[in-house]
Amino acid sequence: MFTPITFASILPEILILALGLLILIFEPFWKEDQRRNAGWLTAGGLLVTMIVSLLFGRPGEPTATLGGMIRFDWLGFFLKMLFMFAGAATALLLMDHEKAGKRGEAYLLLLASLLGMNLMAVSSDLVMLYLAIETASIPLYILSGFLLNDERSTEAGFKYLLFGTVASTVMLYGFSLVYGFSGTTDLVEIAAMFTSSNLSPLLGFGVLVLILVGLGFKVSAVPFHFWAPDVYQGAPTPVAGYLSTASKAAGFAVVLRLFFIAFPDFSEVWMPILALLAAISMTVGNLLALPQTNIKRLLAFSSISHAGYALIGVVAFSELGATSVVFYLAAYIATNLLAFGIVMAFSRITGLEEITDYAGLSRRNPLLALMMLAAFLSLAGMPPFGGFVAKVFVFAAGVEANFVWLVIVGILNSIIGVYYYLNVLKYVYLYRMPGEDEEQHPVPLTRPYTIALVMLVVGVVLIGTVFAPWFGWSSDGVFVLFN
Amino acid sequence: MVPLSWYLMFAAALFSIGLFGVLTRRNAIAILLGVELMLNAVNINLVAFWRYSDVMAMAGQVFAVIVFAVAAAEVSVGLALVISVYRRRNTVVADELDMLKW
Repeated sequence: MFTPITFASILPEILILALGLLILIFEPFWKEDQRRNAGWLTAGGLLVTMIVSLLFGRPGEPTATLGGMIRFDWLGFFLKMLFMFAGAATALLLMDHEKAGKRGEAYLLLLASLLGMNLMAVSSDLVMLYLAIETASIPLYILSGFLLNDERSTEAGFKYLLFGTVASTVMLYGFSLVYGFSGTTDLVEIAAMFTSSNLSPLLGFGVLVLILVGLGFKVSAVPFHFWAPDVYQGAPTPVAGYLSTASKAAGFAVVLRLFFIAFPDFSEVWMPILALLAAISMTVGNLLALPQTNIKRLLAFSSISHAGYALIGVVAFSELGATSVVFYLAAYIATNLLAFGIVMAFSRITGLEEITDYAGLSRRNPLLALMMLAAFLSLAGMPPFGGFVAKVFVFAAGVEANFVWLVIVGILNSIIGVYYYLNVLKYVYLYRMPGEDEEQHPVPLTRPYTIALVMLVVGVVLIGTVFAPWFGWSSDGVFVLFN
Repeated sequence: MVPLSWYLMFAAALFSIGLFGVLTRRNAIAILLGVELMLNAVNINLVAFWRYSDVMAMAGQVFAVIVFAVAAAEVSVGLALVISVYRRRNTVVADELDMLKW
């Protein structure tokens, strides 16, 4: 049973676990002011993990390992790389967080949830899937409520936990019914059983709705989005960035695998539901983003609308559609982490989070303002940044699958989006601080921030300009969903 | 032998009671109790389905055991967060936690 390929298939997870133990061992020996080094260790360790996995853990032919619990294929591998990249960037952003950065547990919890997300990307069995989702979620509940002396943070953790447990339990009830109807927990066998057993579409609809509650919560699609703005605002900013990128992308990984592999026979049932969810998510997310004054809440609503855009690719239910989702996730992870990283870097110095507080940032720190320009234009979907190409592919997939109305809704929403993203940039570039003495109030960046933010900007620009290889990897990945 | 549908109806009723509790109760502890009821309904489903299908295939039982373990982890984290909220705010009533609003 334990052949070399078994170990190769979970190589990144083994290394992440070892890294977590390493932090547990080292952290008690460090003095208070050295503890932030755990962030360097985490980020460096994740980088090493990525390199080692690239060298020794590449998948060949798609195989099932660990008794069918895990699929070892390119889709999982590419997504794992994205998650680990996001984890490394988050660890760097966490380092100079005033209260969380010097606590080794924060990095350990980050790694634990990363482990769960990696498994979410590859699990091909309902049992493993549930376990992976919970492994990813439970550390995130704790991280959201990590700042025990901060009322907002404890409240965020509390709300996230209540919404999260209920949503995942409803999904689990759906899983138990799927197991009952098909008699198996293996995703591939479930599809085969449903093909031969002709379950009534009404029952299929009920089960899919139960499952969608949990997954909709994970990707924060409307109407399961209520937690997102509150949690993003209250949680430590790097954690909020991680929640809105890696956690959401992991949710999409599950959506792809579950719906494309286990429920292709019910595509007529779930395609309209998801199309509706996509349309509402985009519209509600964008419209509610308009009146926001707090930048983290603005980004929260923007991330709800981005879940809607990415869902268009799922709805298309085609190879191009799945490819565009994976590509969208890559672009979105880099872009949104960059946006949250900038918010973190700014509020660390100033302690402020309102949009109006960003007035005059271009004079206080030109580099930071330029990176903010890249992040927000990419979110708005402007070339030459990643967000533009990602949107083009998603919309193309939608048109190809004859969901023209959905694409029109998407394009109208992108226009609304441009308004509020540019509104923030207006404060950054056109307005000046009260008193017009920006030179007296610089916003310096520490080294971890510079590294993380520059890395992310390079990612955003690379995905937007040299998009062919990214598209190629995405399309190599989703090949397994259709064969 | 009791037919399978009885177990499923029982589980569905338990799940609905739990969900009702979650949606109507304002006390955080009561909400967590509702979640526990829902998880128990899932376990009844899983074990009943396992018993009435291929008994040699262990997937259903393994699933139920994993659900216990995860439920325990979830509740312990949940209670810890409830305590941390209580220490800051002296309340565990969900409606009164409304700092984060737009």
